[in-house]
Parts: sequence; structure tokens; C-alpha cells
Amino acid sequence: MPGTITDKRAFPIVVVGHVDHGKSTLVGRLLHDTGSLPDGKAEQLRAQSAKRGLDFEFSFLLDSLQVERDQGITVDAAQIWFHTARRRYVIIDAPGHLEFLRNMVTGASAAEAAVLVVDAKAGVSEQTRRHGYLLGILGVRQVVVAVNKIDLIEHDEARFTAVAQAVLDYLAGIGIIPAAIVPLSARHGENVVERGTRSPWYAGPTLVEALDALTPRPPASHGPLRLPVQDVYRLQDRRVIVGRIESGRVAVGDAVRFVPGSQTARVAAIETWNDLVPATTAVTGQSVALSFDRDVFIERGAVASAADNAPPESHVVTVQLFWLDRQPLVPGDRLSLRYGTAEHRVTVEAIEAVIDVESLIAAPALALPQNAVGRARLTSVRPLAIDSFADSPRTGRGVLVREHRIAGGFVVEELPGQSRNLTSVDAPVTPAERALRNGHAGGVLWLTGLSGAGKSTLAMRLLRALTDRGRLAYVLDGDNVRQGLNRDLGFSPEDRAENVRRIAEVAKLLADAGVIVIAALISPLAPQRAAARRIIGAGFHEVHVAADLATCEGRDPKGLYRRARADGLADFTGVSAAYDTPEAPDLRLDTGALGIEEAAHALLAFAETAFVAAPEPGGHAAVLLGG
Amino acid sequence: MDDLDSLEAESIYILREAFSRLRPLAMLWSLGKDSNVMIWLAKKAFLGRVPFPVVHLDTGLEFPEVYAFRERYAREWELELIADACPPIEDVDPTLPPASRLAARKTHGLRQAIDRYGFHGLIAGIRRDEQATRAKERVFSPRGEDNAWDFRDQPPEFWDLFHLDFPPGTHVRVHPLLHWTELDVWRYIARENIPVCPLYFAREGKRFRSLGEIGITFPIDSEATDIAEVIAELRGTNSAERSGRAMDHEGEDAFERLRVGGYM
Repeated sequence: MPGTITDKRAFPIVVVGHVDHGKSTLVGRLLHDTGSLPDGKAEQLRAQSAKRGLDFEFSFLLDSLQVERDQGITVDAAQIWFHTARRRYVIIDAPGHLEFLRNMVTGASAAEAAVLVVDAKAGVSEQTRRHGYLLGILGVRQVVVAVNKIDLIEHDEARFTAVAQAVLDYLAGIGIIPAAIVPLSARHGENVVERGTRSPWYAGPTLVEALDALTPRPPASHGPLRLPVQDVYRLQDRRVIVGRIESGRVAVGDAVRFVPGSQTARVAAIETWNDLVPATTAVTGQSVALSFDRDVFIERGAVASAADNAPPESHVVTVQLFWLDRQPLVPGDRLSLRYGTAEHRVTVEAIEAVIDVESLIAAPALALPQNAVGRARLTSVRPLAIDSFADSPRTGRGVLVREHRIAGGFVVEELPGQSRNLTSVDAPVTPAERALRNGHAGGVLWLTGLSGAGKSTLAMRLLRALTDRGRLAYVLDGDNVRQGLNRDLGFSPEDRAENVRRIAEVAKLLADAGVIVIAALISPLAPQRAAARRIIGAGFHEVHVAADLATCEGRDPKGLYRRARADGLADFTGVSAAYDTPEAPDLRLDTGALGIEEAAHALLAFAETAFVAAPEPGGHAAVLLGG
Repeated sequence: MDDLDSLEAESIYILREAFSRLRPLAMLWSLGKDSNVMIWLAKKAFLGRVPFPVVHLDTGLEFPEVYAFRERYAREWELELIADACPPIEDVDPTLPPASRLAARKTHGLRQAIDRYGFHGLIAGIRRDEQATRAKERVFSPRGEDNAWDFRDQPPEFWDLFHLDFPPGTHVRVHPLLHWTELDVWRYIARENIPVCPLYFAREGKRFRSLGEIGITFPIDSEATDIAEVIAELRGTNSAERSGRAMDHEGEDAFERLRVGGYM
């Protein structure tokens, strides 16, 4: 009855389950029995099947690509529309083959509800569980279970009940309560649209009745504002930020805070084109363009948030993830993490667990192989302004990218708690007050580079120049600190990490005291430097003192390269231990190309800008120095 | 927000993602109803001005009404129009059936435009409900050096965290209308009052439901003379939108072959 279709947007459902349990057949049956096929389509396919000498199968309706007919599997998530008396549906037919899990994820992530197809005879199988589990992560909580091929168990009630109980038990373990469990035969059209006559013991809904009873999830308009910034446009004389509201609402006059960072501004207007009446409010799901009462200096990736309820900034996140890449995920892997419109480099600090989808047991693991689900801890050099999934599903999830490939998806389980800071005592003198007295802010220049790159030389030059200008400055030199505070440490990877940690903690204390700290140490590994940045916070500035190995070895001021080569000095960076070149240092000084004077001059200019001049318009230091 | 508002917001989001992350970018303007909707959405997304060129792959075989529409709205909408002639039919794979071969000139025209202007992103108005092979598309669909569509190995795409980070040499097709249906498009045209080519409305009992080249595009029987009547007609039909497009029906896999070769 096409005339009764409403114009409302189609209700998206995904059909998932183990390969060969009859997903495509069920979808074909749904289309046919609801009268949703184009005129002549079934006849056309019947003719084609006859030509190939095959019996007509309802699954042929979907297998419209040559390759699928050849391989006998559904390759990709296809979208098909059908309608019942109640509403329109769009079905995403997701493939059951393990190899195509990425397509199942693609299809299911867009769905409001899922039909989980289980073969009555084969029962709950591996992909039934894996798909069920992924539905949970993907946020698809409404599930109708179709126990298919009921004819193959002779419409036996006891055998159906056993399968139904097994499905129910499994789904309960992952927090899903199915809306219905329907015994049906897609092939014979029983309990799909028409009620079958051969299972009179079943009094529940048909599949279509069960689907019609589901409701769309409400948009997250009640949550705090989350508007990931897509872009900044210039419109005549004003800057306009654009993006889609993922949670909450926004009105002209609202105070908005941009995170990471602390800029706030009030919404001056919601900009539109071709609207007669200017909009004054916007809600979840809307793509908007906002102008503000003052200039905001932000870029794509920032999150415009409710001023009094912004996502916390964190450098460490614990995530639950599904891994799609052929190459397993292992600790130390460096990936791009994307959430909202932001993109950050992260390091896998630990794989905390891999989840066995059969038993739902989280077991310790060293790696997460393809198609596995598990839990991992990730660290980022730059702060992430991300929510936990429980607080805000749409901004508490993201993807991981490796070498141009989407490698996995995650939801944020845990952000670092603040409980560890609860015992700290507030000092009566603030860093701002010290900065006012000193005429500059405290902070840390972290000079990293190979031995012989010129770190110590530059550090001492800078110390002289800053002191001459009346700045409070101090050098923490790796070698010097090792003679005192760190004399108990050697050069093993663990000891090197501890060396860096202690120096970072000392640097932080000095910076708090108002000193410009110049830390000069090889600090070869990116995670160590990330840890230092985390400890020190906003005052941390990474300076890469860069020179290639040949240059450094040629200089060899301490004779160490000669010894390393001659005596096989263990764990010597550049020779027998790795150096991670900083990917995005705040400053890079190539001492191979620059003369020492030029490099020292550049470093001084950077330090003056970082600690004495305003770091950014409207920022902290400008206010302090203005008076 | 009603369902058209949701579709509009989603398409605007996609267009802004493309503009932010794919340069140089262009939009394919077939002059059909769907691509007019795309231009309208782009004007909304970018607050009045379409900030990239629109490309008409010109075979020289469009209906006169279509050319008239192009001249008028390129001016009125202040579009930066690129309308280079597609390479001749002699350049096209002779094993394709005749109508498909004619249509494949557009694939060649597209390749020519990519080579000539170096486009990294191309926005096209295809929809999932039009045709089964288009149902398998991604919103952002990467194409390698040879322009081909590898539907067996498409990147995952979920949660609107669109993936646009591809190796050099890849260009990306962007499909902002992928989730719209034919009925959605017409309802949006009605709501927004978007101009469309008069060939969509019945004259002497015939109208075009889908527009393509002269000789391989045929009108359907229809009495629908305005937008409201077209919508009423679509609500009551069960026949395929592209039934008047000859290249879809030359063989069961003809259109699939066109698309694998890089057709829109």
C-alpha cells in the first residue's frame, strides 16, 4: 500500500548474524511480503535464476552485484527500503563473514535497531556473539532476535526455547535485553509479515510487529552543549565558526567555552543564508554557523561547550575498542586518534585486556588482533577534550587511524580521575603573582636531541642571555642531575624513563616557583617526553635540537660515540638505542645547518615570546604585563 | 527538527567536512534535480557563496532545456562553472553496450577534469535508493590512480567520523545526498522552492523522471505538471527511478561495470 507511506524519515535497522544463518533471505522476504519491491523485480530475478539453472532464492534480491553472486556472500552493507503500515524502514544488510567485520560496523553504526538472525538448528555461533557484542559498543541497544529456519527443527517448541534462552543469556551478559525473540522461517514466509500456522504455541509478535513496536531514540538535546568546530569562515568583517551540535542546544547570548583551552565568548548570532527570520536557537543535530561577541582564536578540532560544563582535558584515556586492522595493536604503537573534528597523535601505553566474546571474560593480553575487542590505555602529547561515553555518547567515541587506514573504533571508558590531587594544599601565592613580580612567567624549555647535537651548549648560552636580561633562569642538565638526584639510575629503558620523570617533576617545581627552566637531556623516547609534558602541563615547550647522527658523531664532545663504537656501549642513543624524532616540537633548531650563534638567537627569541611576551592574544601574560 | 531538517543538517556537515579537508574541491553539476539540491545545500553550508567550482561534464548531447537552465542558473547562483567537452566516444571501451558506452564518455570527462585541474575531492549527487550498486557506496569514497571503485575493499565508515586520510594519488568522491530518497529530494525542492529544469514536468502526458543524454534517456507516462503533482505521483509508484535510463538496462551488470570504471 504505497499510498499509506508516511514521509517521515525511514527507521534504520541493521540485520546482523552469523554467515549462512539467513540474513539476506530474511531481507528479501521482508521486501517481498511487505510489497516494497519495484514492479517486476521479483519476476526479473526469477527469470535470471532460471537462466542460470538455479532455484529462485529471496536472497537474490539483494545480491545485485556480480561478485556477490559469484562468491555467494554479501560483500558490503547495502541499503534497502521497505515499508509497513506503520512506517518506512531502511535496512542495512550487514555481511556475516568475519572478514567483512568493517562493513558490519559501517552498517550497524547508522542503525536505530538491529535484527539479530540466529539459525534455529545451528544455534548461537561465533559471529552471533561478536555482532551482538559490537552492537553494544556501537550503541545499538534495541535488538529483535529472529530465530530463523524454524522449519529445520520441525517447529519444535522445546528446541526453539533452548536457542532463545541461549541468546537471551548471552545478550544479558552484555547488557542488552531483546525486544522480542521471534521463531520464523524466512524461506517459507512464516512469522515475518504473515503469521505462520505451524508454530501455534508461539503467541508473540511477528518480526514486523516487533519492529513496528520499536521507538526511535530521542536526540541528546538535554545534555550539555557539545559543538565540535569543523572550520572557521570569514564572513565580511567577522569570523564564523561552523559545526554540528552533537549534544545540547545553543541560543544567542549563551556563554560558550572552547576546549582545550580557556577561551570563552558569547554567541552573537546564528548565521544562515536565505532564511527570512533570523534563528535565535539551535538544537542537537543541527549544522550551524555561529558568530561571537569577541574574536575567538580557535581552529578545527576545538569543542565549543557549555561554559559551566565542558569536557575535561586529559592526556590519558582508557578506551574500549574494536580493532579492524590486519596488523595487531601492540603497546608502543603510534596512531592518529580522531573524535569529533579533532585529530591527535597518541601512543598505546598498554593493552589492558582482550575480551573473549564467547565467555565475555576480559583476559590480559599483549596485543589486540584483527576483529578483536578489548581495552587499552592511550596517551596523547596534546590534551584531548573528550567526554566519557557514559556522559556523552556522541562525543565520547572515536576512531584510530594507522597509515591512511581506519584501524579501529573506540568508546571512552575512563578519564583520569582527579582524586590524586585532592590532598594538595593551595598555596597563598599564585604563579600569576610571581610572574607579575618577576616580569615573566615560569615554564620549561625541554631540549631533546642526540648526544652531541648541542643541547648543553645552547642551554648554557640561553642561561647567560636570559640572566643578562634580568630573567630568572636555571639549567637542568641531564648529565649534572645524574651526578646527584639521579645517581642511582643507569641507562636501561626503565631507568631512563625514571630519569626523565624525576627531571620533569623538578622542572615543574622550579617553574611553579617562577623560574624559566632549561632542561637539556637526550630524552630519546616520545612517550617519556609525553610524560614530561603531562607532568609539567601548559608551561612545557619541546625544543628539538636536531643534528643528524653523522654530524653529532663528528663532533663527539665527550668521546662517547668513539667508546660506543669501540666498546659496544650498551643502550647508547643513536648507536645501540633508538631516538624518536619529535613529530611536532614547539621549536626545531637544526644545529647541522644553523651556526651556534643563529641557533642561540632563535632559542632566545622563542623563550622571550613564550615567557615574557603574550603567548596568545588575550592570554595570561598579556594581562599581567599590561599593568 | 523534522526529517528534511535532519537530512539537510547531515548534508551540510558532509559538505563542510569536504571543504575543510579536501582541496582542491569541485562539485559535479549534472543539471539534474539532485545536483541542484546540492548547490542549494552548499549555499546554506557556506552562507551564500559556493566556494569551489562546479563541473558540468558536457557531452554536447544534453536537451536544449538543460543547456538553457545551465546558462541561467550559473549566472543567478554566481557559480564558477567549468563545462569542458568530454572526450569523444571513440576513446571509450568499445565492448560496452551502446548506451553505456555513450554514458561512459562522462567517466572520461571526469578523468580529464581531474587531470586538468588536479581535483582532490569531487562532490557528486548520487543516492543509495537510485540503484543497487550505489546502495553500497560510502559518503566519502576513495578512488585510486586509475579512478576505479573497489567495492570489495572499501574503508569502514561509522559515527560520521569520515575518513579522508588516503595515500597520495587518491581522489575522493563525496556523496552528500547518499541517504536521501527520490521523494526526499522532491519534498525538499518543494519546501525550499529550488529551481529545476522544466523537463521534469509533464507535457502531453510525458515527463522525465531522471535526466541524461538525448538518445539514451526516455520520458515516462505522467500527468504531473508541477512539484506537488510529482510528489503525489511518486508516493503512488513502485517503478524504478532510473527506468528511463537506457544504460541501466543493457545487461544485468552494465551499470555496475560503468561504476567500477569510475562512473558517478
